[in-house]
This record gives sequence, C-alpha cells and structure tokens, in this order.
Amino acid sequence: MNIPTHLKYTKSHEWVKLEEDGTAIIGITHHAQELLGDMVFVEIPQVGRHLKQGEECAVVESVKAAADVYAPISGEVITTNPEIESAPEKINQDTYSAWLYKLKPSNTADLSELLDSTEYQKVLESETH
Amino acid sequence: MLIFEHSRPGRRNYSQFTATDTKIKNIPQNLVRKTPPLLPEVSEMDAVRHYTRLSQKNFSIDTEFYPLGSCTMKYNPRACNSLAMLPQFLLRHPLAPEDTGQGYLACMYELQEILKDVTGMTSVSLTPMAGAQGELIGVSMIRAYHESRGDHARTEIIVPDAAHGTNPATAVMCGYKVIEISTDKEGDVDMDALKAAVGPQTAGLMLTNPSTLGVFEKNITEMSRVVHQAGGLLYYDGANLNAILGKVKPGDMGFDVIHINLHKTFSTPHGGGGPGSAPVGVAKRLLPFIPVPVVAFEKGTYRWLTEKEIPQSIGRFSAHMGNSGVLLRAYIYARLLGAEGMHRVAEFATLNANYLMTELSKAGFEIAYPTRRASHEFIITLKDLKEKTGVTAMNVAKRLLDKGYHAPTTYFPLLVPECLLIEPAETESKETLDAFVVSMKEILVEAHKQPEIVKGAPHTTSVRRLDEVKAARELDLAWKQ
Repeated sequence: MNIPTHLKYTKSHEWVKLEEDGTAIIGITHHAQELLGDMVFVEIPQVGRHLKQGEECAVVESVKAAADVYAPISGEVITTNPEIESAPEKINQDTYSAWLYKLKPSNTADLSELLDSTEYQKVLESETH
Repeated sequence: MLIFEHSRPGRRNYSQFTATDTKIKNIPQNLVRKTPPLLPEVSEMDAVRHYTRLSQKNFSIDTEFYPLGSCTMKYNPRACNSLAMLPQFLLRHPLAPEDTGQGYLACMYELQEILKDVTGMTSVSLTPMAGAQGELIGVSMIRAYHESRGDHARTEIIVPDAAHGTNPATAVMCGYKVIEISTDKEGDVDMDALKAAVGPQTAGLMLTNPSTLGVFEKNITEMSRVVHQAGGLLYYDGANLNAILGKVKPGDMGFDVIHINLHKTFSTPHGGGGPGSAPVGVAKRLLPFIPVPVVAFEKGTYRWLTEKEIPQSIGRFSAHMGNSGVLLRAYIYARLLGAEGMHRVAEFATLNANYLMTELSKAGFEIAYPTRRASHEFIITLKDLKEKTGVTAMNVAKRLLDKGYHAPTTYFPLLVPECLLIEPAETESKETLDAFVVSMKEILVEAHKQPEIVKGAPHTTSVRRLDEVKAARELDLAWKQ
C-alpha cells in the first residue's frame, strides 16, 4: 500500500501536506484512486471559498462512480491545481503529486485530528477485513 | 458505420416508404422548408443489411441470458408491443376530445386502478416520464405538503448510503439538504443512525425496499414509525418492486408516496435510454398535490382531471399523458398477468434469485450478505479472488460475454467491494440458471489457473474492451457531415 509517511490523512481518504508557511495541500489517497479506477472528471472548489471541516468540497468521477471529496480541515481555498481538471488521469498516475487545492487553515485544532500514515494504514486494514 | 455513411445521392428505397394520401395544405410560405431534409439515401438492400448487422452486434435479452433483470430491462412480451401499436392508439391525437378517446382513457384509468391496488396507495398519477422525474414529482409533493401546513422548518431528506444515486440528487433538486445514514452489517438501515438523524427538520426519508443490497428492510415498520413520529414522510423508490409485486404493498409499510418504474417491473422497453415511465402513487395526505392529468371515471364516462378539479396539484410534468405508448404496454402486461400472475412474478423472481445465489455459493463464490434471503437479486463479492489472483469483478463480467451471457451489474452498490449484482428475473428457466452457474465455475477455475484469459476478456465479441475513459470524456453522439 502506498502511504507516504510525510503526509497526513483522513478516514475519508484525503491526504494533506502541511507546508512550512502554514498552508495545506490536499488530494485523494492512492487507496481512494485505486478503488475508483480510471478518473474521467474532477471538480475542484473555487479559490476564495471558505470550507468547513468535513464539508463536501470537490468531486472526483471515474468510469465506475462519482465520489465526494471532503475538506479535511477548515480554511480558505487559496490556490487550485490548474492542470487537474483537464488531466484527471494524473490522479491515477501519481496521486500524491496530483493535488486538488491548497487551503489556508482557519482552525489549527483541526490539524490534530488528522491521521498519520500508521493510523491511516490501520483504517484501511479495518475497512478491508 | 452509421446509415448516413452508406448514403449516396439519388439512391432510393421506395418500397419501404409508407405512402399517405394526406396532403397538408395551407402551410404559411415562411414555414415551408426551402431545402430537402438531410436523410440517408440508401437502397432497400443497404437498409436491411445495415439494421440486421446492428441487431447482430447488439447483445440482447432476445438472444442471451441477461442477469441485469428488472434493474435494466426484463423481457418485453411481444403481445404488449403489438397491442400498443394498434392504429387506434398510434393515430390518436393527444388533444383529441374525451368522447372520441374513451377506449384509450379506459386503459389509462384501469392502469391507475391496477397500480393503486398492487401498491396499496390511495391515488396514482401516470404522468411522470422517467424514474428520475417520478422521484422529482414525489419529493415535490412532500415539499408541497409541508409548505401547505406552513411547516417551513423541514429542510432535510434522509437517504441511506445504499440508495440509488438518484435519491440524493432528487432531494437536492427539490431544495433539500441530504442527510446520509449508514447500513449495518446485515444490510439493513442502521436504526440508531436513523433515530439520531430525524427531528423537526426532517421532511422525509427516501427508501428502496428491498434495498439495493438485495435484502428486505426488516425494520420497515419501526422506520416508518420513527419518521412519521418526527413529522416526516416516507418516500418509496420503486426500483425493486419486482421482488414484492402483489405480495407486500408499500402502502401497508407506511409509505406516503411511491414511484413505480414501469420500465422495470412492468416489462416495458427501457434499453437504449428509454423512454421510461414512472407513475407516482400517493397516500391520503398527499392526494391534493398529485400531478395532473389524472383520469376519472364518472357516470360511465372517462374524463381528464386537471388543475380545475385538483387546484393544489403541483402541476404538469409532461405535455399530455406521460409516455402514453409505454403506459399502454404496461397496462397490457398487467392485464396479461392478471392478479394471480402478478404474484407469480414476485414468486418466481425471488425463487430464481435464491436458487442462483445458493448454487453460486456452492460453486465457491462469496455472497455479500450470506445470512440474508435474497430478494429478486443478490450480490457476490470477488474481493478475495482479486487479492489472490488479481482478477477483478470487471474481468469476470467481461469473461461472461465470451461465455454468451450479458454481464450483471458491476461495482454497484458501492458499499460492497468488487461486487456483481445478479438479478435473473422471473422469466428464466432452471436450465438457463444451471448453465450460467457452470460458466461461472469455469471462470473461477480460469481465474486461478490462467488469470490472463479472464483479465484479457472478452475475446469473442464484435468489439473488445472499450476505452471507457475516452467514452466518458469525449462523448460524441452527434453525426456531422
């Protein structure tokens, strides 16, 4: 299973990369893209949108299904990945560089709720057994 | 190749052309077209070969077992088609006066009555033109009901996570917030989650029963009580009505509104994108809001009821009477079955599903909900097979095509990993089901011994694996010269 140790995770299969400047980059995990299969569409939140933790904020659609992506933490969307909407297959190729959007967190307490790679690994194990 | 691509200027096919002696006069000059319409110009031989070839490419229930069942399209009895095509129906103008269309109106009225009887609802409107429109109309009536009582606080619709995707989409279209509730290990709605979700903000619950997991919600009476006690209404998604037809009535389970997919349970055509038909049934308290037109029978005469008679109606959703041709086919189907036959549809559909489930389980397939009796459909999961051999549910589905079967539903419901949702339907014989089990066994052996054969399937069809990503992203449905 591909779960890089330098990232944080959610139970709903998003990954979060915490940057040195305090911002957070968000994508979906390797497990999530594997379950969904070949991606055909991605819808990302608009820059400037204020997200609440757990809110539906993006949609990924594959040949099999469409799935909501939830905001791992609260905050304001400051940038989105310009490439991802025209090339959603990048999520299948290398999901940890195929980020969706960048947030400026508004509540630092949210960060402590994110899972580390070991905890996320356990979530996956409990789901498959 | 499209028929247009066979076209050559001047080629004609006179003998297949239906001649009419009606000449329409007095068309205003500005409405008369100046150039001929763009039609394919082909000979009779070209036309016959083209359409015969297309029908040979089609994998259809007319030639093979099609374990998608009522979910996609049951066998359409030929009699329904030929009777609905009688010229008296075909040539009837939708705006013809009531007194010249009593026969047609009688069919529609009787269909309303049959559907009322089989679902246990107080009234039925035949106007919705598809399942999704039936849902939109049903939830719009729930909304109209709450608003008519000045109850504006109800902003949420509860939908189980096993539901069809159309349910949450409908709730959102009607301006509601969707509250998703979970399913327990047995495949039932989690009662604690439901109890925690209901409140004065609940407009209603949308439920498919039997659910998409192929099981009958055991706690339906309790669910109905919980939702009604909170002031919400119960919506029945009729997608799986085939399993309980004539046996259990949604009205008796406490549902306030229901849509019935005639293109599923009542065997009308559905493949190729429709046209569908999804009459809605209502319990007493939603009666004032029912969409028009509805057919009434008074003093020996059939007539339309419109906004005049039903002033609180949520209105019209189709120009005339829904998809009339489809309604007629469903009416004929129901009359061919009769009350007794309707029971037998449910009995044989569930018997076939349970037989097939048992045989596939014996053959080594893992049943998703092994402790439950199947409804008219059941789910197998190939999660372990994928882990051991790398062969996925999609691979098995594709390999079935080589064996002469249409694939069952794959990867739905989303709750079950690597799943196949199998629905044999009531029309299949034991021999067909046994032959299907033999083929499934063969595929299981291949998956272990020669997985590449399964992973590379289909090998014998007219086209092999299609580029699904390209099909989804570069959808191209219009022919241009």
